[in-house]
Amino acid sequence: MENSAMFLEARGLSRVYRRGSEDIHALHEVSFSIQRGEFVSFMGPSGSGKTTLVNLLGCLDNPTSGELDLAGRKIFGNGNVLSERDLTRIRREIFGYVFQNFYLIPTLTVLENVALPFAFYRKPGARLEEVRRLLAMLGMERRMDHLPAQISGGEMQRVAIARALVNRPEILLADEPTGNLDTTRSAEIGEILQHLNRNEGLTIIMVSHNPNLARLGGRLIEMRDGKVFK
Amino acid sequence: MITRYQIAYKNLLRKKARTLLTIIGITLSSWVLVSLLGFNQGYERALNRDIENMGYQIMVMAKGCPYEAATMMLQGGTGLRYIEKSMVGSILKEPEIDQATPILMQAFFDPNKGENGGIAGYFGVDPATYPSMKPFFRFRQGEWFHDDSADEAVMGFEAAELEQREVGDMIFVPEKNVKLKVVGILERTGTQDDGTIFVPLKTLQKVSGIDMITTIGIKVKKDADIVELENKLYKLPDVQVVSLSQVKQTIMKLISTARIMVLSVAIIAILIAMVGVINTILMSVLERIQEIGILKTMGAMPGDIFSLVWTETLILCACGGVAGIGFAIGFASATDFLVRIILPYAPAGGLVVIDVSLAMLTMGIILLVGLMSGLYPAWKAGRVRPLESIRR
Repeated sequence: MENSAMFLEARGLSRVYRRGSEDIHALHEVSFSIQRGEFVSFMGPSGSGKTTLVNLLGCLDNPTSGELDLAGRKIFGNGNVLSERDLTRIRREIFGYVFQNFYLIPTLTVLENVALPFAFYRKPGARLEEVRRLLAMLGMERRMDHLPAQISGGEMQRVAIARALVNRPEILLADEPTGNLDTTRSAEIGEILQHLNRNEGLTIIMVSHNPNLARLGGRLIEMRDGKVFK
Repeated sequence: MITRYQIAYKNLLRKKARTLLTIIGITLSSWVLVSLLGFNQGYERALNRDIENMGYQIMVMAKGCPYEAATMMLQGGTGLRYIEKSMVGSILKEPEIDQATPILMQAFFDPNKGENGGIAGYFGVDPATYPSMKPFFRFRQGEWFHDDSADEAVMGFEAAELEQREVGDMIFVPEKNVKLKVVGILERTGTQDDGTIFVPLKTLQKVSGIDMITTIGIKVKKDADIVELENKLYKLPDVQVVSLSQVKQTIMKLISTARIMVLSVAIIAILIAMVGVINTILMSVLERIQEIGILKTMGAMPGDIFSLVWTETLILCACGGVAGIGFAIGFASATDFLVRIILPYAPAGGLVVIDVSLAMLTMGIILLVGLMSGLYPAWKAGRVRPLESIRR
């Protein structure tokens, strides 16, 4: 991947949902750019469009209009709509995802949950040893053989972070990563994300309505009514 | 570190009771199917064995219904139709014939048999030709007759057991006041011969006062055209030809009704198992929509999810199929016993024969049916969109 200054560039991104006969403008002509290695937090009240925006940036959805360039490649633009297959190809090359609900597979151990992406796709250069290294880095080396039900919420989110990183993503997308955690655990997760950004050079895009967590990022973008306010 | 098979296997373990019930359903249908196919194969084999053990493939007898002749014989030995023994010589001229043996069947009423008396059947056979047609006969005691007109008898295994006779004992021919010396007792053959008393042909002719025969048993040469021979024999005057292949076809026709019934049951069992598989896998997919969405964010393609769900179906069907085949083999003798109660005619030997090829065929059918059942749930899972599933 080339080291361009503008790693991600959104121009006039809009997303309109149709509910019955009503059009809901979840995102209205949003434009901004992110550089490689940045830690950008999106903050705003519920319904401000931050999750919709992150879903578009993370190629989980197609925009209604607007353009998105990612690592020098045009992802959305000129009204093209990508198929689920195309979106998957982009996602697995570029992104790692962390969600509010950890979505660990309850019948798999911590180790197996982290290695799960390899059962479907292994990015060139991604190594099996990375699973243990990440778990050790996140302080989970003693919990590798535990099932998700046997660990705490904070530990589950660490496992989810390790799972998101195992295929060496370019960008980590975190949607309310501490939404289900108490203050102490939230702070721990925040420190981990900060560490990954500073020490591993990982680009992080995070959505949060927790101001303490959002401020950990190098850049805070506020959102309201589907628009961006810097 | 973890494979798709492990993921699929562990997914099935989430709802153990549901998975177990589905496997039981597949097991039962697999059991019924392999037993039915085993019966289909085993019955025909047993029938063939019975026919082969007769030693001859064609019987020539006097014109008239052979079933009528057999009934009349069993009713008291009157009214049997006879043919001249000299006909053996003329039949032997046919190039297709390897051997021909004359047989005289006689039955006498024995007042001491059972509570109200019964019929004692005797087979008058030619010591020169008959034994070579039954090379598989083994003697438990003694041997064949010492000459072709001796007052001697060779008893089948069950006949000797019933009459409680050993070699050297005498048997009394009812109605005729004749005594015959038992010179041989056969080992069990598992055929009708076990209940037969064999006597030299000339002796039985002398005892019954009939200088003729009832049947000629014909053994055809290897690679000879049996149909061609039958056509030639049909042209002989006053005789009818009973081909044992025809007898076999008649019996198989009788059995076909029972086979169709059991096949219907097997098809219904398979359909029920299919519905069970669809229900289990579909429920499992619907319960895991969010997880499937997450797998897609990790890079799983629709085909990957499809194959994962299909693998779960495959595991269920493989477990059920193997268990069903295992039960069918383990309880084959019990199935055999039940089949014998139901069927109008059951040949000797195992009726339900399950071999490796049959087990493989059943496994193939079960897996094919299972994979068809898994198509819809797997397709549905493959179409899950990550965004919609995560929003739930």
